[in-house]
Amino acid sequence: MENKQYPFYIDPKLCKKCGLCIAFCPTKVYITGEDDLPKIEHPEKCISCKMCFYRCPDFAIRLKPEVA
Amino acid sequence: MQGIPDSYSDYIAWEQLPHLWCAGCGHGIILKGIILALGELDIPPHKALLATGIGCSGRAGDYIACHRFQGTHGRTLAFATGIAAAQPDLTIIAFMGDGDAGAIGGNHLIHAARRNINITAVISNNFNYGMTGGQFSPLTPENSITSTSRSGKSESIMDICSIAAEAGANYVAKTTVYHVRELHKFLKEAISTKGFSLVEVISPCPTYYGRYNKIGNSPEMLNWLKETALPLEKFQSLSHEEKQKFFWRGKLVQRSREDFLNKYKKQQSAMK
Amino acid sequence: MKDMFIQGNEACALGAINAGARFFAGYPISPVNELSEFCSRELPKLGGIFIQMEDEIGGLAAVIGASLGGMKAFTATSGPGFSLMQENLGFAVMAEVPCVLISVQRYGLCTGVATKPGQQDIMQARWGTHGDHPIIALVPSTVQECFDLTVQAFNLSERFSSPVLVLTDAALAHLRERVIIKDEGELNIINRKTPSVSPEEYLPYSPDVNGIPTLAPYGGRHILRVTGLFHDERGFSTSNPEKCRKLLERLHSKILNHQKELPPPKYYGKDGAEIILISYGISARSAREAAERGIKKGINMGMINLQTVWPFPEEHIMNLCDQAEKIFVVELNMGQITGEVQKIFKGKAEVMPILRYDTNVITPSEILDKIESVVK
Repeated sequence: MENKQYPFYIDPKLCKKCGLCIAFCPTKVYITGEDDLPKIEHPEKCISCKMCFYRCPDFAIRLKPEVA
Repeated sequence: MQGIPDSYSDYIAWEQLPHLWCAGCGHGIILKGIILALGELDIPPHKALLATGIGCSGRAGDYIACHRFQGTHGRTLAFATGIAAAQPDLTIIAFMGDGDAGAIGGNHLIHAARRNINITAVISNNFNYGMTGGQFSPLTPENSITSTSRSGKSESIMDICSIAAEAGANYVAKTTVYHVRELHKFLKEAISTKGFSLVEVISPCPTYYGRYNKIGNSPEMLNWLKETALPLEKFQSLSHEEKQKFFWRGKLVQRSREDFLNKYKKQQSAMK
Repeated sequence: MKDMFIQGNEACALGAINAGARFFAGYPISPVNELSEFCSRELPKLGGIFIQMEDEIGGLAAVIGASLGGMKAFTATSGPGFSLMQENLGFAVMAEVPCVLISVQRYGLCTGVATKPGQQDIMQARWGTHGDHPIIALVPSTVQECFDLTVQAFNLSERFSSPVLVLTDAALAHLRERVIIKDEGELNIINRKTPSVSPEEYLPYSPDVNGIPTLAPYGGRHILRVTGLFHDERGFSTSNPEKCRKLLERLHSKILNHQKELPPPKYYGKDGAEIILISYGISARSAREAAERGIKKGINMGMINLQTVWPFPEEHIMNLCDQAEKIFVVELNMGQITGEVQKIFKGKAEVMPILRYDTNVITPSEILDKIESVVK
């Protein structure tokens, strides 16, 4: 199994709250959080499919290492 | 990381974000797909050019760190024809909207495909002109409600993939932003194909098309695409009436007809 | 150097090729076809490319693309095609793309009379595209000038990073004359600048001291961003009022502050003449002959043969018309340049048109008759 760097960091300045990551996560990692921003509620459920990253239209979902 | 090239960040003009597209607009998903494909194919930013037209999709060049060209409305492929002639080693992606590519630029599209210019055309088809308020385009399905067809679009839909295939494109495929893995596969294949290639991507405009046609917000539109975009073979087995309710997705053409520039140079040197 | 007997269309094509042009894209139209056909034959021999596009819009678009790819590029057309090119001509002004557009004027309005000459696109050259903009337009009168001014057009387009127009007409395009053709090595050729900074520091639309940007060709490590939207120095679009105003002003000043670098008018006749003829292009040939005949008859006159029509060479004309009492403007239209001359001489001298707009070239006798009827 690849080195797990999930879940992702969501940049609140770029996210437009479209809800695609929440709606299409197959294991329901995300919930709607404060200010309608997606919140990573169940990181342990992440199966690294990266669908949230691919479908994020706002370039808001980024890899953790990039944040630093 | 698998599926995400290390160079991903290098293609993005981060300082320009957030972009101007509406929440849930699919243009960003396609743009990201293009960036991922370039990264996976090891085409560095300075060897890639994103050429766009006018409209929402036309602004894509404001967010990328590779070469950027934004021309006049509909003329992207004509401009790109000149760029491709001068810089044959440059990877040129012409990113256009459905109005840009199908209506005002329809003639250039036919001839770029016929001439087999070494360009990858990516059409973000959101069924309307988003920037100007949601008017219908040739690629809008018949009977759709738009800001210029309040009682339904009277004109029939234009199948731009079949037109490009018939005109001579080397690669033609169509999918939706819901089907992202297929999208990435098609984009990589299209970019790797020498000659003219085209990928049409059905994409949500929740602001206009989704609202006018009561499909809903972006997640609801993606669910709608999931249900209505059928694999090509399955779509072809439908009756004419049934076909009106669905879209097809899949690969229409893949071939290796010699591209314009190669053929031209060969013929000219034979004349000398 | 070659001594040749060729027509205007061929001289323009040779001027372009000897100035370094290696890319031509266009669409068939009379009376330009010999020019395009010449390019289709000659460019490949030099490693160049000729593309026949699907329309004139695509023709100029491909030329702009090739220029941004680093090639010297040009197109040629006539009235209706020139109309179709107007939007992309504005693009080339806005995006500061060096390129040359040769418009062989035919008798017009609409499809007009396709094989007959006119000078009816002078104002279209100036104001055909929308929005405030500067433009450089050169107007040869002889086949030699077709060659010389096309070379100059390329030099000016590279120097000013701007499209440059060459306006000929159906008569000059098909007129054959003896011409001295200098080879590429014998000509003074100007090429666009290349970036002097590192790729990291490079800003494509950062102007130099003369107000000119440095556009690195696509495909290099210097990332080039081009758009027809108002843009900042990085080439990203902007609607910032201050940045928009500054860009629009720079587009004008980069040319208008250096007008003395543009080809000046030629003057024939007596210094300080009381009667001056102003003309350009094919009609300047008749005007010059009329002036020579008039001088022989004892009329104190001279003739100004414009080489540049846009920007309008106001200062040169004012200086040459220092002593003029009566000014006649000779042209094959309903007075397009006459209006410009009247504008600058308001009250200071009488400006009268001598026009012909019936598909024929004006004759020296017609011009002299008109002058004599007024002067007496």
